[in-house]
Amino acid sequence: MQLARAGLRSRPRERVPLALVLSACAVLLVVTMTLGIGIGSVPLSPAEVWHVIVSQVTGRRDDTVTATIVWQIRVPRVLLAALVGAALATAGSVVQVLVRNALADPFLLGVSSGASVGATAVLLLGAFASLGVWAISAGSILGALAAMAAVFAVSRSGHGLAPTQLILCGVVLSALFESVTSFLIFRGNPQATQSVLFWLLGSFGLASWDQLPIPALALAAAMIYLLAQAGTLNALAMGAEPATALGVDVRRLRRNLFLVTSLMAGIAVAVSGIIGFVGLVVPHIVRLMVGSDHRRVLPAGVLFGASFMVLGDLLARTIVAPQEMPIGVITAFIGAPTLIVLIRRRPYLYGATQ
Amino acid sequence: MSLSAEHLSVDIAGQRIVTGISLAAADGQFTGLLGPNGSGKSTILKTVYRVHQPAAGRVLLDGADLLALPARDAARRVAVVAQETASEFDFTVREMVMIGRTPHKRAFGGDTEADRSAVGQAIERAGCGHLVPRSFNTLSGGEKQLVLIARALAQGADHLILDEPTNHLDIRHQVEILEVVAALGVTVLAALHDLSLAALFCQSAYLLAGGRVILGGPPATVLTPPAIRRAYGADVLVINHPDTGTPHLIPRRIRPGDDSPRPGISDASIPASPKET
Repeated sequence: MQLARAGLRSRPRERVPLALVLSACAVLLVVTMTLGIGIGSVPLSPAEVWHVIVSQVTGRRDDTVTATIVWQIRVPRVLLAALVGAALATAGSVVQVLVRNALADPFLLGVSSGASVGATAVLLLGAFASLGVWAISAGSILGALAAMAAVFAVSRSGHGLAPTQLILCGVVLSALFESVTSFLIFRGNPQATQSVLFWLLGSFGLASWDQLPIPALALAAAMIYLLAQAGTLNALAMGAEPATALGVDVRRLRRNLFLVTSLMAGIAVAVSGIIGFVGLVVPHIVRLMVGSDHRRVLPAGVLFGASFMVLGDLLARTIVAPQEMPIGVITAFIGAPTLIVLIRRRPYLYGATQ
Repeated sequence: MSLSAEHLSVDIAGQRIVTGISLAAADGQFTGLLGPNGSGKSTILKTVYRVHQPAAGRVLLDGADLLALPARDAARRVAVVAQETASEFDFTVREMVMIGRTPHKRAFGGDTEADRSAVGQAIERAGCGHLVPRSFNTLSGGEKQLVLIARALAQGADHLILDEPTNHLDIRHQVEILEVVAALGVTVLAALHDLSLAALFCQSAYLLAGGRVILGGPPATVLTPPAIRRAYGADVLVINHPDTGTPHLIPRRIRPGDDSPRPGISDASIPASPKET
């Protein structure tokens, strides 16, 4: 936040070099991850943390309790938080361009509410029971895909996916899916209802190494596509007609961006539940640091989003230790005031002055 | 005949907005599209830059079908400056002009030396070097238009389409913007709202009404009281500009102060005002 505030006081004449921003964000990520792995019911020093990581990576056997805590419990948890943070921040930056609205977030287009229906059905009705621990993920990703398909089908018009229609259809269908979730909870038993509630607010408590490959691959594939398109994203930020005049196939670009962001958000929800505000607030903070050029926003957003989420998860499991707070509560408590400060300090961004 | 439309018709939502128009913007000349709101000026321009698809007819660039070209290639030949729209995203002036290089960039492309020099030259030609340190969103309307002209120039296009670029600008900036454009030496096709201003800058003009071209030629032959009455349903006086001799339009009141009907104007001769779009 220090960086963001400095950026507000003196509008930079020239942007900070990207390499510098990325290095700073990378250092921040390493520090937050080290803290995230070190702090817990058994506190470990950064030296101990890195000793275990180095010996595991280099293949030396280490069966101490410390090694087990670090390698089997905390490292996968921190990595999952980082992946989900990066995915939500990236999806958020892109959705904001897709609908040309700085207040959009990756869950705007119905993904999260569709995923809740799927996850709730698993938890309350025992759907996909044969999949065991993967049942909730399977249920939520199917729900997210269904919601995505519904929003896509309903908001398509002669000109492809128009921003206003996307927003309205997303909001309306989200409301519909949420009422389905409410109905399922209403019909379910109280015990199962509590686990639904916990899932809906998001948690990395069940993180394991098995859970990492799919989100990691999805994030990598999405980032490759988005970085290749970063220049055309800038053109799309000008609006559909100016982008067309710049030689961009707007209809195809919007369709692809919709699919990529929905899939990223859907996978994030499937592995960690619905964690709000990260996809909304992180893109704003990143734009304050590096400007709106997406060739800068996207890489910085990955690193900063990851750090933000690792820190959020650290707070979630230490503030009321030994209990764990749902991380959605933490991100909302950090995110909402941050956003309000941003909105009040930069009114022109939202068309209030001009 | 470097940029032209042949028998172009355009439908929007099943309604014919432009009907069989033919027009040409000659090489290096400033050609105006004039006409009331809803007469099809913007629709024609948006068909040239691919926002709308023609229902019939063709758009030709140097005799070849412009719309058959890949969109990127077309964007290297024809650039657009439209009315300024608010952006929620914060770009510096230089970043804004660099976006004009989009049709020249490859996937993952960073800014090459060629990009940087094209942007520098575009900023210089559009005369907005003094704005470079600033953020686009903090500029005034006229300054924004200068930057958007620079962005269009950075595209490397030799044809410039202007869609009412001087709307909402004060009189100094209206003249300044068109003066900058006229000095570029590129082929210009511009939809303009202010007829007297258009007459100052256009070498030729087309007057549209109801999606058809009703008159084309040098401004002095197009901007006559009968043509204006036919296109706009408005009664005007046309005098010659004391400096340039170009036509200058003076509006007349519909109801003169003395309440007596004037010859040549009655309620029956004033059609209902054309539909706003």
